[in-house]
Amino acid sequence: MSARYVLGIDLGTTHSALAYAEIAVSAQPDARGRTAIAPIPQLVAPGTVEARSLLPSFLYLAHESEGPQAVPWDAERRFAVGEHARARGVDAPARLVSSAKSWLSHAGVDRRGPTLPVGAPEDVEKISPVEASWRYLEHLGEAWDHGFAKGDPALAFAKQEIVLTVPASFDAAARDLTVEAAVAAGIEDVTLLEEPQAALYAWIEGRGDAWRKEIRVGDVLLVVDVGGGTTDFSAIAALEKDGALELTRIAVGDHILLGGDNMDLALAHVIRQKLVAEGKEIDRWQVSALTHACRVAKERLLGDASLASAPIAIAGRGSKLLGGGLRAELTRDEVTRTLVDGFFPEVTAAARPVARARAALTQLGLPYASDAAITKHLAAFLGRQAGATAKLEGFVPAARRGQGGAADRAPRLLHPTAVLFNGGVMKGEPLRGRLIATLNAWLAEDGADEVRLLGDADLDLAVARGAATYGLARHGRGIRIRGGTARAYYVGIESAVPAVPGVDPPITAMCLAPFGMEEGTEARLPPHELGLVVGEAVRFRFFGSSVRRDDQAGAELESWKDGELAELAPIEVTLPAEGRREGDVVPVRLRASVTEVGTLLLEAVPTAALKPDERWKIELGVRAE
Amino acid sequence: MAELAQKQALPLLTRLWFAWICFFRVLFDGAFASRAWEAREPHALPAAPEPARLARSKPEPAPAASPPTTDAALQLLGLFQREGRLVDFLEQEIASFSDGEIGAVARVVHEGCRKALREHAVLTPIRAEEEGVSVTLQAGFEPAEVKLSGKVQGAAPYTGVLRHRGWRARDLTLPLPVTGHDPRVIAPAEVEL
Repeated sequence: MSARYVLGIDLGTTHSALAYAEIAVSAQPDARGRTAIAPIPQLVAPGTVEARSLLPSFLYLAHESEGPQAVPWDAERRFAVGEHARARGVDAPARLVSSAKSWLSHAGVDRRGPTLPVGAPEDVEKISPVEASWRYLEHLGEAWDHGFAKGDPALAFAKQEIVLTVPASFDAAARDLTVEAAVAAGIEDVTLLEEPQAALYAWIEGRGDAWRKEIRVGDVLLVVDVGGGTTDFSAIAALEKDGALELTRIAVGDHILLGGDNMDLALAHVIRQKLVAEGKEIDRWQVSALTHACRVAKERLLGDASLASAPIAIAGRGSKLLGGGLRAELTRDEVTRTLVDGFFPEVTAAARPVARARAALTQLGLPYASDAAITKHLAAFLGRQAGATAKLEGFVPAARRGQGGAADRAPRLLHPTAVLFNGGVMKGEPLRGRLIATLNAWLAEDGADEVRLLGDADLDLAVARGAATYGLARHGRGIRIRGGTARAYYVGIESAVPAVPGVDPPITAMCLAPFGMEEGTEARLPPHELGLVVGEAVRFRFFGSSVRRDDQAGAELESWKDGELAELAPIEVTLPAEGRREGDVVPVRLRASVTEVGTLLLEAVPTAALKPDERWKIELGVRAE
Repeated sequence: MAELAQKQALPLLTRLWFAWICFFRVLFDGAFASRAWEAREPHALPAAPEPARLARSKPEPAPAASPPTTDAALQLLGLFQREGRLVDFLEQEIASFSDGEIGAVARVVHEGCRKALREHAVLTPIRAEEEGVSVTLQAGFEPAEVKLSGKVQGAAPYTGVLRHRGWRARDLTLPLPVTGHDPRVIAPAEVEL
């Protein structure tokens, strides 16, 4: 039975959303308004269910005394997902799972093991980051079935084509785990899409036919996606292939745990300092209310340039509203200093984020970005990707202003020609203005033209909409962004040398999957053989590179430049003993392919197979020891 | 009873609230029940019917529909309390506090209640004109929608100054009730462990 709808799911760090589009009626490739947002019923307070367009990505593990967290489709549920979970988490933070998505991409923990909530009391049955993501998807599915399918099996969530978005910076293991969560939630047909690409699809859909006039061959679109908890950069080039315009995603940035929530916290800290200076005391509950009030005040100040300040009022916690409250003001100057200068400082193109050495005794926690300057992260991304368009087939760089000496040397950074913003944070005009001004200064210095700003859609819902638009594009209705995998992947092989105390044995990185592998393709089988021990779990070090575009499968790197290769969580394979003796060493070659879903599949193929097509799956994202 | 018909129709939210009050007073207050019975129908005899019969003869859909009505009003109260601490605010004596303190708290109440109101009700002005401008009412205008004041005399068309634009609830959506939840708990007591 073929699906009636494509569903686009934005599984965000702080919010999730669901968009849908009917496959059959969307015949016109560039028609507008083909996608709609599905309302998501959720608990918003004890015993109160309301439909909202966003589902906060929070899961609250209710205490026994709280009774069931009933939703219309399950009266006995013991946990809550959504708005109530988030609000309840302020009262009882140790029972709240938040930022599950960041944990899902954190190689330092066992992502299938019960780790969340971190620091939960003993009576809480902890869940894994995969399970948290599964619960959010499950909730979206139940909401769809409850409100939309209403028992019609043809409309059931599990039977529709589902496009799930992931950050462009998610590595192979995090993608794999996301699909694992989707399968656990009962989704049968899932495809992954990078969020910045989804944002561009949403922009294209919002523009209708007109987008083709706004994007020309030679354009490099920079997508700046600043969400609640993460910042993600992608570059997409417009090139010509067989006489038609084609969009290719040429580069993605690192996974940066830095977003709007950090900004609200920073403002709350400023206000808190002011209140403390006045001799007031602030408890944890008030800090949370203060953060919320700061977010509201920030949005007002950023949205209206005529306001000099916005008042902040926190009511007392008890039933006496007056007397226990706090009053403060957030001034424009503070917003400018804290947010515009703090998160978007004017820096040179050569600036790089400062990596702070982590203290030796760190608590188990997320690897938050240690440098809050988004412009520095952007400079690092553009600098690292300076050569991204150098060998791009069909790409004709846009004509430069004047002749300039810049043509004589290689560009110092990748030259975007247009910027698309995504994420609620980027609604703030002063923040966008600063980022554009800083970027233009870099470009001018490197002899390139200023960027254009692509008008944006609804920044909160664009990713879900774009995912549904992409679902239609897969049916041949609309343009598709190409690009394949955003990284090349390598396995680390230790060289056989006599051990020297204090010196790590040198390691060779063998390329398994080249950069830009398209979905449904298989990499060449590398000639290098590895020995696997039957019946034993064998681990390999695993690396990824977002800049080495020319390595083919089988290429062996003895050395590489600093920052070119990033070590990922190790990979592991266990050979079953069937047909072989335990402890035997079997020579294998490692083969990579990219599935239709969009995940990387690594397999060990024996040189001497006992039965036809014998191969073993290699597990990605195993916890580092 | 022409004078009654001229009276301004109560806003929907007030009616929800009032319906809830009436339900209990009719049940437990005999005198109130008899007055309500009279008001129900101008020519009715001042009889003292039993409350159960009264409930049946109400122009309501069915007696079973009464509890949801109170639930809805309670839900609304709970909503305004949760989002904007409205009950806390109304229940506190404010005479001893300065305007500045009350003003700060009013921001909390205003921001929260307004958010709740806008998420759940669609309110539009009854008259589109700006307040203070001159308007003309043609014969056949809806007296429940427009209240005449000042020198009220003669026949339509009337010309006068628009003093208040009025409000009409275009839509009101309340949360789905969840079985087993007691809507009378407007705000739970809180004990921090």
